[in-house]
Order: sequence, then C-alpha cells, then structure tokens
Amino acid sequence: MSYVRDVGALARKDLLLELRARDTLPAMLLFVAAVFVVFHFTLPGSPSRLETSGLLWVAILFTALLGLGRAFVPEREQRTLDGLVLAPCDRSAIWLAKSLATLAFLAAAEVVALPLYALFFHRVGGATVAAVVLADLGICAVGTFLGAMAVATRARDLILPLLFLPLAIPIVVGAVGATVVASPGRYLGFLALYDALFAVICWASFEYVVSE
Amino acid sequence: MLDARRLGKRYGEKRVLRGIDFAVPRGGFLVVTGPNGSGKTTLLRICAGLAQPTEGTIERSATRAQLGYLGHESLVYRELTALENLDLYGRLYHLAERRERIGMVLERFGLWEARHQSVASYSRGMTQRLALCRVLLHEPELLVLDEPYSALDEAGAELLDAQLAELRGERTFLLATHDPERVASLATGRLALAA
Repeated sequence: MSYVRDVGALARKDLLLELRARDTLPAMLLFVAAVFVVFHFTLPGSPSRLETSGLLWVAILFTALLGLGRAFVPEREQRTLDGLVLAPCDRSAIWLAKSLATLAFLAAAEVVALPLYALFFHRVGGATVAAVVLADLGICAVGTFLGAMAVATRARDLILPLLFLPLAIPIVVGAVGATVVASPGRYLGFLALYDALFAVICWASFEYVVSE
Repeated sequence: MLDARRLGKRYGEKRVLRGIDFAVPRGGFLVVTGPNGSGKTTLLRICAGLAQPTEGTIERSATRAQLGYLGHESLVYRELTALENLDLYGRLYHLAERRERIGMVLERFGLWEARHQSVASYSRGMTQRLALCRVLLHEPELLVLDEPYSALDEAGAELLDAQLAELRGERTFLLATHDPERVASLATGRLALAA
C-alpha cells in the first residue's frame, strides 16, 4: 500500500510541476496539431487509410518523444533526483510515477490529436483507440526509463531518440497493424505483450539507472 | 555509525580521494575540512550512498530513512511552494504526523509566513533554510551536511548553530565546512583532506 502512496505522491508532484510551469503539455498539443495540419496540406488528393495510419503513429510517437524529453528536466535542472533517490521508497516508484504523468500528458495530447485525425483524414475506430491506449502504455514505460538514462548523459537530447526510436519499432508495427487490419486482435495482443514485458524490465532495472 | 576503510574514488583517470580512514560513532560529530577540490563533497556523497567508492569500503548503519543529506543543491522543486516540497518529502518518508512536523520545521527556520510562496521567489538564503527543513523533517539519525552555512545570513546561521547544538550527542553528524571554527565546540573529531 505504501508503494501506491509513494507513486501517488510522486505523480502528483509531476502534475503540479506541469500545472505551474506549463512547458510540456502545451508544446505537445501544438506539435501534434501542427503535424496534422501540415500532413493535411502536403498529402496529395485523398490518401488511403493505410497511408494516414502511418502518419497518425508518426505523429503520436514524436509527440510522445517531446514529452519524454522533458520528463526528467526538473530533476536535471534542480538536481532533485538525489533527494528522490535518498528517500526510503522503492526507487521504481519514481519511474512508475513519471510514466503515469507522461501518460497523462500524452493522453491529453491525443484527445486533441484523434479528433483532428478524424477531421482531416479518416474515422477513428474502436481498434485504433485500443491500439492508442496500449501503445501509450509501452511508449511511456520504455520512454521514461530511457529518459532517466539519457538525463545522466551530456548528449541527453540526442541519446533519448537514438535509444527510444529503435525500441519503439515493435510498438509502431503493432499499432499500425491494429489500425488497418479487419481483425486487430493479434496486433493488440502483441502490443499488450510488449507492454507487460517492457514494464517488468523497466520496473525491475530502474534502481540501477538512478544508482551510481 | 560510519566506518570508512582505505576509501578511494576515481573519476576516470582523475583520483579524487585516496586512502581515507575514519570512523564516526553514534552521537559523534566529525568535521571535514579541506581546500576546494580536496574531495569533501565526493566523500559526503559516498557516505550518503549517492556515490560508490572505487577503492576501500564504507559501512553505514543508518538506513535511507534514517539519513538526512544536505548537498550543494537544495533538492527542492523551484515551481512548488515550501509546503508542497516538504509535503512531498514527508509522504516519501512516511511521516506519521506529517503536517505537524512540517509546521514545526518551517517555524523553526522562519519560513512559516512564506510557506505558500513558490521556492522560485525565495532568496538563496531562504532556499538554504528550506533545504535544512527538508533534511531535518524526518528526524534523521545520521546527518551528512555539505557546507550547511552556505548562503545563510547571520540570523540563519545562528538558527543552524542552535539546531546543531540541540541535536549534538543525540544524532550523528558528518559536516563539511570551510569554517571549522564555527562548529569547533560541537566537534568530536576532524578530518582534514589535502588537495
């Protein structure tokens, strides 16, 4: 129970920081809206569902990357990670809370992104929404873990996309598949498996990322 | 409480610490001195468990819950208020009477009136006072303090003097300072590091 309370306290802190600073969510919203507007005017004629599904996932992935890149910025700029690491809570609570906060920002961006996609391109079906939910979990779990690794390096802005994008390829494969095929069950299952596998790996190894 | 044997630390080719031996018994007050670059901060980070030695061993009988660490940074969030920062740490340290304890430390360091202000609006001295509140909030057994008088005005320094004098003997201290005379009457030992 105390683990849940620790995660709650840390996630609340991340949401409060965003509420005060407002430097992540507005950027994500503007970015994803701009991407769809640009795609709308650059794509010729009436693009197929297959083509625009790819664009949807490119937009989601890069919007998430924007949020993930900022996830550990307060801890880096104010060196507060030492304070969190010294606290007697399980260190994986830091990762889980950050992942949940980033998930909240990404979900908020998608509340704007999906209607825009529907407006400019094609209807968003239930399978797409399910794929978005499952993909978000994997993106935030893996991305937050890598964000914590990247923040300790000098080339942090370069390291995060270099580490994250290759690991996100299975997410894109599963998500695009679930969006375009008639029976998306297999792809959704694949996404759920990815989420479970990487969540366990990140949860179990986060301690080593924040320890010297 | 703390027992260091042949402690050493290297960052790549650069050796920061070499062959440091010391022991601090429960209730002891060890003052660490030395010029800039002598490895005081590195030594304190090792003692707090934030860094690992590359040579030798260190044994610490205090758990993370029993440790209070003050570094060069205040370890508080600038966008949050003093109350929100201490509430976060109070929750993470699972304090039973969190609100009472937060009120007590804020009163003690003269920050009660400014408790709803964001830390970004604090002066350097007020931020250092808040950092001391954070360190003392959970009543740690072992206090590792790196330049605790840094940025404090005379009133703040006197508050800290009184706090250290009150806790001396009950708690164990490892304190790095450029002004060892200020804590000379409290010290039970001194470790002088060479550059």
